Amino acid sequence: MIQYLTNNADTIWLALQEHIVLALLPVLFGFVIAVPLGYLAVRYRWLYQPLINTFGVLYSIPSLALFVFLPVVLGTKVLSPVNIVVALTVYTVALLARTVADGLRSVDPVVVQAATAMGYRPLRRLTGVELPIALPVVLAGLRVATVSNISLVSVGALIGIGGLGQLFTRGFQLFYVEPILVGIILSVLLAGLADLAIVLVQRAVTPWTRAA
Amino acid sequence: MITFEDVVKVYPGGATAVDHLSLELPTGKMTVLVGPSGCGKTTSLRMINRMVTPTSGRVLIDGRDVAGQDEALLRRGIGYVIQHAGLFPHRTVLDNVATVPLLLGETRRTARAKALELLERVGLSAGFAKRYPAQLSGGQQQRVGVARALAADPPIMLMDEPFSAVDPVVRAQLHAEFLRLQQDLGKTIAMVTHDIDEAIKLGDHVAVFRAGGHLAQFATPRDLLAHPADDFVADFVGRDRGLRSLSFDTASDLPVKPVDGLELDEAGRPLGWPGPDGLRETGGVFTKEDSLRVVTDLAIRSPVGIAVRVGPDGAADGLVSHHDIADYLASRRS
Repeated sequence: MIQYLTNNADTIWLALQEHIVLALLPVLFGFVIAVPLGYLAVRYRWLYQPLINTFGVLYSIPSLALFVFLPVVLGTKVLSPVNIVVALTVYTVALLARTVADGLRSVDPVVVQAATAMGYRPLRRLTGVELPIALPVVLAGLRVATVSNISLVSVGALIGIGGLGQLFTRGFQLFYVEPILVGIILSVLLAGLADLAIVLVQRAVTPWTRAA
Repeated sequence: MITFEDVVKVYPGGATAVDHLSLELPTGKMTVLVGPSGCGKTTSLRMINRMVTPTSGRVLIDGRDVAGQDEALLRRGIGYVIQHAGLFPHRTVLDNVATVPLLLGETRRTARAKALELLERVGLSAGFAKRYPAQLSGGQQQRVGVARALAADPPIMLMDEPFSAVDPVVRAQLHAEFLRLQQDLGKTIAMVTHDIDEAIKLGDHVAVFRAGGHLAQFATPRDLLAHPADDFVADFVGRDRGLRSLSFDTASDLPVKPVDGLELDEAGRPLGWPGPDGLRETGGVFTKEDSLRVVTDLAIRSPVGIAVRVGPDGAADGLVSHHDIADYLASRRS
């Protein structure tokens, strides 16, 4: 094991970096797309159900199928990391759009009304009042999306790009258990750390949830 | 001055919330809109800051139609207080109060300094500034709500059932503080309540609404009690309106009899009425500034049917019995 680590430190390090980028970039993109979608689903109530249903269907597409299918739609190369990023962004949006909508719907209408009556314009009310109050719900969704992305990246290894997942394919091909173990341990550690980071951010930005 | 000019609000589906309302809310005074639920009082209130748009008719502030004004700017110039306060749970008390000054473009520093000043005004110490709304009692939240509405010093305040979510003891306290505040500030206030007693206690003018969005009567509290416009108003105002109307007159002209039979201490302060089992409590005393309603209540509750008046030094200086009060009221009427 130690032997394997020292001999392959460079490969493992590259795989880990790739894994982090492939997993977290979609979280960022997904969040930026999900916020306006979630807002629209609340602002125009009739949009909520169709939107939730659409993303439910998208989320149920197997990741491998999406990885293979996307190059056809996007015109990207089969081995392009863009496919992974786009696919995981779709999953993130599917998870987060609903969370954002539910978070915004959890805001007490009296508070929204008070903000309006005090002279907030809609955009500033969203960023200054509604989103901050919805944050605990949104961040809970973000934790799920992040951890889920970190595990899904590995599947990309089956089409040649998959961060730590490449350690799995190599191990299976060579009947060699060490890379598989290292891959699993690093994935779990990464997911745990990312989760912890979000929890810490949440504690820092929502002190009011612990008041009372 | 806030003016309603023949205002109608019909909701999609055909329900009429406000039916041809014409009303003037005088500057610097508190006008209370009161009525049963579904009478259109809240809808009318919300037309003032454009939270509701009239179907027809106009609402004017100092002669300017609100419909032509930028919604957000209009609202920043109108304080708004609601039931349960509607505070922002994610902001400290201080930042809640600083909301409108910040919207108006003031620096965080100035806005917070103003907020701190206002917290004191509504009777909250600086120790509350850093707390979150969830850490406050209902009465404290409502105080913060009032401070938040006053923060940008708006000439107009709208209050929608501001005191109805707190218990009666706290409510009475908030009433007293609010009346004192309004005496200092002289805002033009429109307040909605379903509680006629609150309306009579707080309002300079009272607008009584009836179901279907009709204005039944607009009058001073005294006139409302003395001359209700119709059976609906008389009924709504309540059966004991005669007794309640005594709240508007002080005991300054009420004749008293010399103190006799009352046990006093060295300073002349009343101790009680002598009885077979020792001294009996007087049940309280009144001064010339108290209302006739207070005096009547004291006479009724007194063990001997006599209310005791005291001077500024607390010494008893006169007695009034039920009969004296009845005679005085009869002489006033003739």
